[in-house]
Amino acid sequence: MSRKRVVITGLGMVSPLGNTVEDTWSGILNGKSGVAPISAFDASAFTTQFSASVKDFSVDGYFPTKDARKMDPFIQFGMVAGIQAMRDSGLDVNDENGNRIGVSIGSGIGGIGTIENGTLVVEHKGPRRMSPFFVPGAIINMIAGNLSIHYGLRGPNIAVTTACTTGTHCIGLAARSIMYGDADVMLAGGAEMATTPVGLGGFAAARALSTRNDDPSAASRPWDKDRDGFVLGDGAGVMVLEEYEHAKARGAKIYAELIGFGMSGDAYHMTSPPEDGAGAALSMQNAVKDAGIELSRINYINAHGTSTPAGDKAECHAVKTVMQSAVDQVAVSSTKSMIGHLLGAAGAVEAIFSVLAIRDQVAPPTINLDNPDDGCDINLVPNTAQERAIQAVLSNSFGFGGTNGSLIFSKIN
Amino acid sequence: MSSIEERVKKIVAEQLGVKEDEVKAEASFVEDLGADSLDTVELVMALEEEFETEIPDEEAEKITTVQLAIDYINANLA
Repeated sequence: MSRKRVVITGLGMVSPLGNTVEDTWSGILNGKSGVAPISAFDASAFTTQFSASVKDFSVDGYFPTKDARKMDPFIQFGMVAGIQAMRDSGLDVNDENGNRIGVSIGSGIGGIGTIENGTLVVEHKGPRRMSPFFVPGAIINMIAGNLSIHYGLRGPNIAVTTACTTGTHCIGLAARSIMYGDADVMLAGGAEMATTPVGLGGFAAARALSTRNDDPSAASRPWDKDRDGFVLGDGAGVMVLEEYEHAKARGAKIYAELIGFGMSGDAYHMTSPPEDGAGAALSMQNAVKDAGIELSRINYINAHGTSTPAGDKAECHAVKTVMQSAVDQVAVSSTKSMIGHLLGAAGAVEAIFSVLAIRDQVAPPTINLDNPDDGCDINLVPNTAQERAIQAVLSNSFGFGGTNGSLIFSKIN
Repeated sequence: MSSIEERVKKIVAEQLGVKEDEVKAEASFVEDLGADSLDTVELVMALEEEFETEIPDEEAEKITTVQLAIDYINANLA
């Protein structure tokens, strides 16, 4: 029996460039930066004092503020993105189909701000003052849990957590559960809100972050010679994945098809990739094999491209290894240059950008790319979006621990 | 300074996300005001904080309506 086809029928997003998919996408195509000095807390003692944070966020029009009070911001972002995606899909959930609709939405870190506050409560007020909502307000699977309660989704309910590959793995594994027959529809993606004192301090201590405090909007500069680390970003992305015949039968709007998914592990170092990007290449190769696609049909790659010295170069090397002679025609860009690194949400929002690149036949730019580093001699879409024919897109995510994932989306044929 | 009744009703309204005029004395937290078991735990904590007291768990379990909360505070703090 041939495997079932999986298509994308709904999109939702909360990002540093806007609290909807279309607002964000318009910022992306115009090369806007969502990076700014941190205002949520006093960051003056930190080596990095800026982030790509979500602005003017509210749950109004999505779910009651009373419920939001019991959720860490990462859960609120994920809920809003999930509700947007469901509304966009036009899917009605009822007693009949609820068992066949599931959720696969994770987070890289989870409710770190809530955990920080809980620690302070125990320390200063004592354990009796801990909120009963501390645990359900902080743990990683509560977007999946709350969305299932909100809509009555009784299908598979999971939250994979693989650092910065979380969103990509959540989408890929959700698609496989549809292909395998466990569900007809899956809400899939990731969310993050780690720009807190402990989150910022931790990534800064690992020397992972840019310290360009005098020019935050130029700090995320993938492949540029002057890059010095990534920029912490917050937000969420969720897509509705749907079995093709199911989508066709209800006359759904179909954005694209998810044709390939690959994974690998670096088996190398806690936080750094090998110089040749071998793990990244294996992940991409596995996705290409899974899709059974000719390399010449992959016309755009949404790179992991975090703006770290080692990671960007390794990925460039890996792209060349995988694409071979087809590397001459492919556009490769990093949307992290504009929205920073959304960690567990990164793969999800970038999967959405990949789908929109197919819809609008345009490759988003890599901003702040003034002097490409040695060896990065491919089309990195510097500073301006490129209109081009795009049949298929590959989207990469790589995470701490050496966990890799690649998705391939295609025009529906 | 507000009366105990007013202070209790204000906290109930805040904690359960309802309007203050819906918080009648006879209202049950769970049946009338939409609270679940965790909401009631948090509500008792908020009352403890407001009135600077500790309500033992076995007493807290009996506080199921706005009036019972007012009565408890009056009996134990007056």
